[in-house]
Amino acid sequence: MSISETANPQGSVVDRLRDALPKIVLSPTVAIVAIFVYGFILFTLYLSFTDSRILPSFGWVGWQNYENLFRIRAWDTAVSNLVIFGLLYIIICCALGLLLAILLDQRIRAEGFIRTIYLYPMALSFIVTGVAWKWFLDPGIGIEAVVQGWGWTSFEFDWIKNREMAIYTIVIAAVWQTSGFVMAMFLAGLRGIDSEMMKAAQIDGASTFALYRRIVIPQLRPAFMSAFVVLAHMAIKSYDLVIALTGGGPGTATELPATFMYSYTFTRNQMGIGAASAVIMLMTIAAIIVPYLWSELREKK
Amino acid sequence: MATTHAKSGNSIGRIVLYTLLVFFCIYYLLPLYVMLVNSLKPLSEITAGGMMALPQEWTIAPWLSAWSSAQVGVEATGLRPYFLNSIIMVVPAVALSTIVGALNGYVLTKWPFRGATILFGLLLFGCFIPFQMVLIPMARMLGLMGLAGSVPGLIFVHFVYGIGFSTLYFRNYYAAFPTELVRAAQIDGAGFFRIFWRILLPSSGPIAVVCIIWQFTNIWNDFLFGASFSDFDSQPMTVALNNLVQSSTGVKEYNVHFAGAIMAALPTLLVYIVAGRYFVRGLMAGSVKG
Repeated sequence: MSISETANPQGSVVDRLRDALPKIVLSPTVAIVAIFVYGFILFTLYLSFTDSRILPSFGWVGWQNYENLFRIRAWDTAVSNLVIFGLLYIIICCALGLLLAILLDQRIRAEGFIRTIYLYPMALSFIVTGVAWKWFLDPGIGIEAVVQGWGWTSFEFDWIKNREMAIYTIVIAAVWQTSGFVMAMFLAGLRGIDSEMMKAAQIDGASTFALYRRIVIPQLRPAFMSAFVVLAHMAIKSYDLVIALTGGGPGTATELPATFMYSYTFTRNQMGIGAASAVIMLMTIAAIIVPYLWSELREKK
Repeated sequence: MATTHAKSGNSIGRIVLYTLLVFFCIYYLLPLYVMLVNSLKPLSEITAGGMMALPQEWTIAPWLSAWSSAQVGVEATGLRPYFLNSIIMVVPAVALSTIVGALNGYVLTKWPFRGATILFGLLLFGCFIPFQMVLIPMARMLGLMGLAGSVPGLIFVHFVYGIGFSTLYFRNYYAAFPTELVRAAQIDGAGFFRIFWRILLPSSGPIAVVCIIWQFTNIWNDFLFGASFSDFDSQPMTVALNNLVQSSTGVKEYNVHFAGAIMAALPTLLVYIVAGRYFVRGLMAGSVKG
């Protein structure tokens, strides 16, 4: 190699180019990620310490945006809504997903067909889901009106118009959309469980319930981890569904951090505060995703 | 005695099992049923409280209206131009991110270098960031590039943030591809691109389908980027549908809204019905790796 380099310098350029080719092919991606992911993160981080309003500006104000952010009632609402929504969303999706996976794992007929039905909402846009459930839950024409029409005239179901209850309608629609996905994750986990161990426990006389509680569910821990990470990160990013279903209302009753960030940045012209709220969202997601990616990539080695 | 007891208990269990399974089928299908039947009946039947009933008078007028004459935002164009916007946006964005993802996966697995795993980790983290974090600088960047408020701008954005997932798919797929074949071809004098073209690409069909379906579904269904970076004439379908439904002027035409919602759902739903297996594989690979 070194001999040919000195003997034929032109060939060496070609050789070196050839050796570098994989890196050259990868370099646009590296540049794109460096600029559009990490560069932009740094830019928004910087903006969160500036007096930006309608447009980015670079007057340094220190922690002031963060201090203001935590004094804004709407942010308070958004954060507590996220806690309520996120917890219920994750718990109900996991419970329902696990139940459906166990039901489907009983050697039933038409499993593929039923699985397809359970999972199809995942292929829809949150906007479509939002529109469908918006009118479905609307007291004027939806479930309430239908049940009243059937003769139960005192029936009430007006959560979507009710400040106290509206956040739960977001949970209802989001669970409908994603629980089939969680089912698929658990079903894949169930299929990976060692059947010999199941048989041994069955011979020992363990009841079906004990079998699941003692042997199956503990082995689903990795599936639980993945489901938690995916659902938590979807909950934090939830934006489309809220916009389509309630528009953040009534009032600010269903405001979430994602909708707060958008309205403060682009309609209220408080870009500094909007950037600060985005940074907090990123930190929350990073706290969940980074340890997960770390462990996954280390296992791979 | 014990066996008959177990058997009868079993068949009761089976009945309960199938009842539950059917109940959940209804639960998942009900909103689709509601959308479909109400898109085919006159508005008066809906407002009279007949949302769950089949149409008394069947009509496709709501579909025609949603497609070509309904008020979307300020103009009465129907959803047709926005449907076309979405198609023009989705095809190049999917193609670009898939091609780049395939090349990245090839390099990361067959031409590894120091720091490849860290680089991949950084790339992967980019898939999960809340996009609120990039909205402000991206709006500025698109302005600088002269792409603000345009369909090419949206193509660019979706391409950029689609690379992470497509790289993930191809990397995990190629990692299982025998490296000896690549080395053997190298010894025979095949170059970087020839190996990719002749050896890896011919067996990449399944993962390419997975990747294309995932990107198509994600980009078609996106709302945040569409709402942030488009103008009236470059809005994608999801944004237009939301405008149609939220427009506060006049009577709320629920039947037209439902027809529009089905139109927005139809492309991804069709893909799901035709190639659901690959869609599920993509979902799983995006969450549970390996």
